[in-house]
Amino acid sequence: MDYISNTEREKEVMLKTIGIEQIEELFSAIPERVVLDRPLNIPTGLSELELLRVTKEKANRNKSLEELVSFLGAGVYDHYIPSIVDHLISRAEFYTAYTPYQAELSQGTLQAIYEYQSMICELTGMELANASLLDGGSATGEAVLMAGRISRKKKIILSKGVHPAYRAVARTYGSHQGLEFKEIELVDTLTDLAALKNELDEQTAAVVLQYPNFFGSIELMDEIKGLVSAGSEILLVVVANPLALGLLTPPGDFAADIVVGEGQSLGNTISYGGPYLGYMATRKKYVRHLPGRIVGATSDLEGKRGYVMTLQTREQHIRREKATSNICTNQALNALIATIYLSTLGKEGIREVAGQSLAKAHYLAERIKQLPGFKIINPGNYFHEFLLTAPCPVLDLKKELYRKGIIAGLDISRFDYRQEGLLVCVTEKRTKKELEMYLSALEVIN
Amino acid sequence: MRLPEELLYTEDHEWVLVEGDQATIGITDHAQAEMGDFVFVELPEAGDRFNQFDQFGVVESVKAVSDVYIPLSGEVIEANQSLLDQPELCNEDPYGRGWLIKVKLSEQTEVASLMDKEAYARFLEEVE
Amino acid sequence: MVKPLIRDYGSPGRKGYSLPELDIPAGELSDYLDQSLIREKPAGLPEVSEVDVVRHFTGLSQMNYGVDSGIYPLGSCTMKYNPKINEDIARLEKLSQLHPYQEEEQVQGSLELLYELKEYLAEISGMDQVSLQPASGSHGELTGLMIIKKYFAERGEQRTKVIVPDSAHGTNPASAAMAGFQVVEIESNQKGMIDLAALRAAVDQEVAALMLTNPNTLGIFEKDILEIAEIVHQAGGLLYYDGANMNAIMGYVRPGDMNFDVLHFNLHKTFSTPHGGGGPGAGPVGVKEFLSPYLPVPVLSKDQARYYWDYNRPLSLGKVHAFYGNYGVMLKAYAYIRALGASGLKEATEHAVLNANYMKARLKDQFELPYQENSLHEFVLSGIRQKEKGVSTLNIAKRLLDYQQYAPTIYFPLVVKEALMIEPTETENIKTLDKFVETMKNISREIEEKPQLVKNAPHHTPVRKLDDVAAARNPDLRW
Repeated sequence: MDYISNTEREKEVMLKTIGIEQIEELFSAIPERVVLDRPLNIPTGLSELELLRVTKEKANRNKSLEELVSFLGAGVYDHYIPSIVDHLISRAEFYTAYTPYQAELSQGTLQAIYEYQSMICELTGMELANASLLDGGSATGEAVLMAGRISRKKKIILSKGVHPAYRAVARTYGSHQGLEFKEIELVDTLTDLAALKNELDEQTAAVVLQYPNFFGSIELMDEIKGLVSAGSEILLVVVANPLALGLLTPPGDFAADIVVGEGQSLGNTISYGGPYLGYMATRKKYVRHLPGRIVGATSDLEGKRGYVMTLQTREQHIRREKATSNICTNQALNALIATIYLSTLGKEGIREVAGQSLAKAHYLAERIKQLPGFKIINPGNYFHEFLLTAPCPVLDLKKELYRKGIIAGLDISRFDYRQEGLLVCVTEKRTKKELEMYLSALEVIN
Repeated sequence: MRLPEELLYTEDHEWVLVEGDQATIGITDHAQAEMGDFVFVELPEAGDRFNQFDQFGVVESVKAVSDVYIPLSGEVIEANQSLLDQPELCNEDPYGRGWLIKVKLSEQTEVASLMDKEAYARFLEEVE
Repeated sequence: MVKPLIRDYGSPGRKGYSLPELDIPAGELSDYLDQSLIREKPAGLPEVSEVDVVRHFTGLSQMNYGVDSGIYPLGSCTMKYNPKINEDIARLEKLSQLHPYQEEEQVQGSLELLYELKEYLAEISGMDQVSLQPASGSHGELTGLMIIKKYFAERGEQRTKVIVPDSAHGTNPASAAMAGFQVVEIESNQKGMIDLAALRAAVDQEVAALMLTNPNTLGIFEKDILEIAEIVHQAGGLLYYDGANMNAIMGYVRPGDMNFDVLHFNLHKTFSTPHGGGGPGAGPVGVKEFLSPYLPVPVLSKDQARYYWDYNRPLSLGKVHAFYGNYGVMLKAYAYIRALGASGLKEATEHAVLNANYMKARLKDQFELPYQENSLHEFVLSGIRQKEKGVSTLNIAKRLLDYQQYAPTIYFPLVVKEALMIEPTETENIKTLDKFVETMKNISREIEEKPQLVKNAPHHTPVRKLDDVAAARNPDLRW
């Protein structure tokens, strides 16, 4: 199947119009020495039916979350996605469009992005947002670069409460701009504020924290706000789960300067790590430092309201090497998903989803605490995730639960933490019955 | 294309009006016409010091952005605050209300390195 | 036709969503969280019904235009048809409902698919190793340049500059700067190609790489490519291939055989994954063997018949994406490559080039053709003749929208005045191309006869020409 619709006869007509006899003549500029003199070593093309067979055969060797009861989170959350989300984004005028270069014929995409930006501002308590970045990791990377540009300083203080993968991406991005990273250890699952305070100095560009953090814990934001704002013009970068912000005091209230994060939790399929969307929000005064596209409202010739990509002089196609970022293609369709999801949930729905996830996580944690030998490490406030230690090796626990069709959580030994344990996440999708299954499986281990 | 007699010009299309040890600086009619409608102007603060041809600000239209370079060394006395809300003044009145900064000059001799009206007009013809 | 904002359909208490009753005993929020952490006022999200949401976004989609609506000849963007079966495959539960932290044993089917995709991409490009991690074309560029940087750092060489031709995509210099390089721009020659003398003059011990698109953004194949490669390599630099235009060469010539060292692919261009109104795309990078130690972690590897993510790569540049990249996009690209097979890919290239040359032949009398060289999958016209009549390329683009056809890329590449960059792709047929050509000729006539009509275009779109200047002077970026 090749999706070419010119017939042989039409091809002849076209060759004649061009004034040649063979298609190959069109490639005559390619020097013979480099022309590929054999067919590509790629399997013969397939019909639709065969293609489905081939891919399903592979798919069947996976174990999907539909067949398992999953307590995995760690930045990627298995929330229920209302049916209308996929129906609406499957409208071809949305998903087969390019970046909205011709605004007058792209009002659908543009208005949706404007609504997306608005809702991100509502959730984060910030003044403006961009049209999306590539994922939570790259958004964290872009945020530290932006903080470096604004402050003209080089030191980035990074809490280890920030997702290890985001920290890794931020270091990759920052190292090429001469940024230096200081990581702050955790005490139990909270950022060590004494250590943080010690690191704050004249060279500090920004402090980066996660809210709720990688372990689900909610940092002492009031104290952090005090520490950071006492320093001279240090930017506070908050990496936040936007769904949790339906419930939690928005980072804008804690004087955050840049808020970024992973928008997957807003209606995006779990999809083995991508495509998701990075979001970024900030204050008005930093708008010219913002990376990525921004949509603004304006009016047309007749005074009718319409939307355009605006403030583009920040971007690569105009400012080239002096652009605020190289980003071009972003995650527009994923941002559309987030917009539809947030519209559907609305003011109450987001509180319910976040609230139920939180209540269920706390229910499970409290019950686990009562099992001898098991501990919940998170002190104080946490959202829908917690760190669990067991009387047996984490590996054994995971294996035991997997035998019962449960993914118990994430073994954090693969990361750079002093602490060991299992990171457990509960969303609104988990039923009481499943929580009980989890508990009885732990009891057996004990 | 207006080129007032009393001004001096640079190859980066800035103009200077020298009055004693002070100078007013802006961008030329040619530059504003090339750039199109200005949407944003970024200027230094009073007290900032620059050496000749240092970048001191940025002007933006919808589709273009340009750094502006100081024609003569000196200390900024005043930046045109009305441009922050009305960047279009640079289009409407580049030699008047669209001025960018006033500077106290530190190197009077540098004046000799700038072009007068005729020289700038010839320069524009060459680059066209 | 102005759509209200989704928020404006709202009414206090209206809902579009329902959850099962909470089936565990639960207390008040303040039982779980300190009061200071609980949002005082709910976030200002819409309060609308499901029907409101459906009608609103259906309405918005009707104010949009996609490949499924008609021709989309954006140069350098390769807007080909996006097969529907690929969408179905990417939505198969057993492929899509996977968590990135699931054990490798649970996702062997997907890992095998990704591994095969890497092998196909390596074969198509003539490279040795591929990383699927970068999530977009410019993300791939950044990754590729970081690989180059790491390579020279490991060798103890101080190479700080990257050469970019003046016809390059804006992402090239932006990515180079982001990777910490200084950008050196070189001018193209009169044929729109790399000027060998200028290149020789620019190349020195400080140059890390030359970034090149081949065919370049004018659609012209850099026929001196082997000499270009030799100039760069002899000075110790590397050659980077921007894969935006790979649709022009599949099965004919491979960047690896042209002696490129690093490249990125745009799966959302060449390999037909939909562009989503601005993403998601995917920008895998390919490298020659000597650069493979520097690829981002983790690297998808194979041990006997078992696939796994290899994190033990001490020379790796690190991570550029939190997980493995835009997996969902990779599934679609895989399906596309398997559907076409070796001969289908080559035919796709042939018809992309045929279509572009046919359009060029039919349009070159009506519009200025600034570069006469043979071109491949795209070509660049100039609207300077029309400009003399007071009608700009922007006006022409807007007028095309009135005829329900998308406009080409305009004002790019920067080396052409009033540029119109046209790339029809292989999935359009002669009828669609003829219609576009006739429309362009119509517009040309309109410019002669009633220029005001074109200057005030568009007339029939959901909104008329929008005021960019007001949008930038007084930014209104949210409700």
